[in-house]
Amino acid sequence: MMTMTREDNACGPTTPETSAKISIRDLHYSVDGFDILKGITLDIEPGEILCVMGLSGSGKSTLTRCIAGLIKPTQGELRIDGEDIVPMTETQLLRVRAKIGVVFQYAALFDSMNVFENIAFGIQRGPRRAENRRMPRRELARRVAELLRSVGLAGIERRMPAELSGGMRRRVGLARALATQPDIVLYDEPTSGLDPVTAASIDALILATRKEQCATSIVVSHDMGSIYRVADKIIMIYEGRIQAYGTPREIMETTDPIVRQFITGAVDGPIQVKK
Amino acid sequence: MSTKIGSTDTGQTPPPEPRSDLSAEGLEETAQSLGQGATLIFRVAFQAVLGVIAYFGELVSLLGQAIVSLRGLRGVDLLRQMSIIGVDTVPIALLTVGFTGAVLALYSVGTLRTYGATGLVGGIVALSITRESGPILAGVMVAARAGSAMTAEIASMKVSEQIDALRSMGISPIEYLVVPRIVAAILMVPMLTLLADFAGVFGGGVFASYFGLPWSAYLNSVRQLMEPDASDITKGLVKTIFFGLLVALVGCRAGLRTEGGAVGVGNSTTRSVVLSIVLIFIANFVLSYLLFRNGLGN
Repeated sequence: MMTMTREDNACGPTTPETSAKISIRDLHYSVDGFDILKGITLDIEPGEILCVMGLSGSGKSTLTRCIAGLIKPTQGELRIDGEDIVPMTETQLLRVRAKIGVVFQYAALFDSMNVFENIAFGIQRGPRRAENRRMPRRELARRVAELLRSVGLAGIERRMPAELSGGMRRRVGLARALATQPDIVLYDEPTSGLDPVTAASIDALILATRKEQCATSIVVSHDMGSIYRVADKIIMIYEGRIQAYGTPREIMETTDPIVRQFITGAVDGPIQVKK
Repeated sequence: MSTKIGSTDTGQTPPPEPRSDLSAEGLEETAQSLGQGATLIFRVAFQAVLGVIAYFGELVSLLGQAIVSLRGLRGVDLLRQMSIIGVDTVPIALLTVGFTGAVLALYSVGTLRTYGATGLVGGIVALSITRESGPILAGVMVAARAGSAMTAEIASMKVSEQIDALRSMGISPIEYLVVPRIVAAILMVPMLTLLADFAGVFGGGVFASYFGLPWSAYLNSVRQLMEPDASDITKGLVKTIFFGLLVALVGCRAGLRTEGGAVGVGNSTTRSVVLSIVLIFIANFVLSYLLFRNGLGN
């Protein structure tokens, strides 16, 4: 049975002197003349779970894609372990991405491969392939089985992605992201569209991943219950800027009308939904 | 009843004053609109030319990236693509080129019998097939079957974030997706064409023998008209190396640039097949001119 216990970040010092795992300064992203991120400044400490919330189209996923190096910010600085990734070339970014695991919204499993191949792929083909090349098949199978067990899906190695439910796909996606033992895990709406029980099991996995691997985690979500369960810190992005930043309690108690309207889901308020 | 001369009180609207385009104002206006039209045409043409240059620039850039990533090519990926591009396309290539050989024999037998020159049928069929029909039909079949599959697969991966998943795992999509397809296409299209050439010549032979031309006469004619060093065949095969490269580059580029869900996948696939086939025909003309111009007698 999976139990969920919310524990504080014990993966590293959290004093102001600590150098941040991810440091973002005045980050902008525009596409076709449309500004999506308009100056994000943020520090994320090692082992921290940061939840990013905001309206659809507010720039949450864009921020995580910038951090993953999947898109290039148009302006600003984005440091991972002190190294600015903004000016890097695609080849240089491949090396940085070895530190990052991404759990995509719809899992993005390779549909031509079975579950085993999906998880083993990053180990065999990723940036650490040179050290993993001589890994015996039995050792690889053991690692994949262990990862699947950790996400509660033991024994489904031979199943194809099309044969899995939405929740199973997300969990296989998480196992795949963790296969390369990343320092940073980015979750893009990991619980959207899932039933409450499956969503809670994903939350438990996010907490377990932080506890076991000390991974710094960024979780993009609309699900306030899930956010309160897992977050050390929460930011709300509104119209491309950080509208609020704080602990779950600070966010719950905020008087900012925009944040209040978002977390209560009220129709009336300063946020006008475009019709 | 008297009518006033020049009166406009007739109940009809007077005809408008004829506009004199010869007036300075009219000429200026005409010149202005002509100028605007010419500018518009020039701008559209300029943008089209820029678009074509940019497109070929992208293809060259993709080829460059693939060459740089060649070291990462894995045998297992290459074999899979060789199977899809080459082996799986064999039946349709053999059928289309085989029947094309038969049709060539049909025309040749009919025409040459009038002149008592049926002995030339085999050579004519073989030359047409090895120089032209075999390479171009094999290229078109690969574009239609394997090129569309390439684009559809990569495009589906793009719209379902699988390409992003690859990149996020530190795996280069060029190395994993593009390189095996380019190498497989360059290797397999010539092999496929060689088989298709045999099918075409065989198809012609079957039809010619049906019309009473003995197999020995047909094959003798093939031997007599074809170059003794088999350069007709090898030059035809050289063309197909470029056809394979074009199909793979166009197919992969279209897949990687796909946006917009299932509709985007469909559009990219259609565009890639059409463009590949058009480019194969253009490349065929250029390559045929370069490779076979010595036979023109100039």
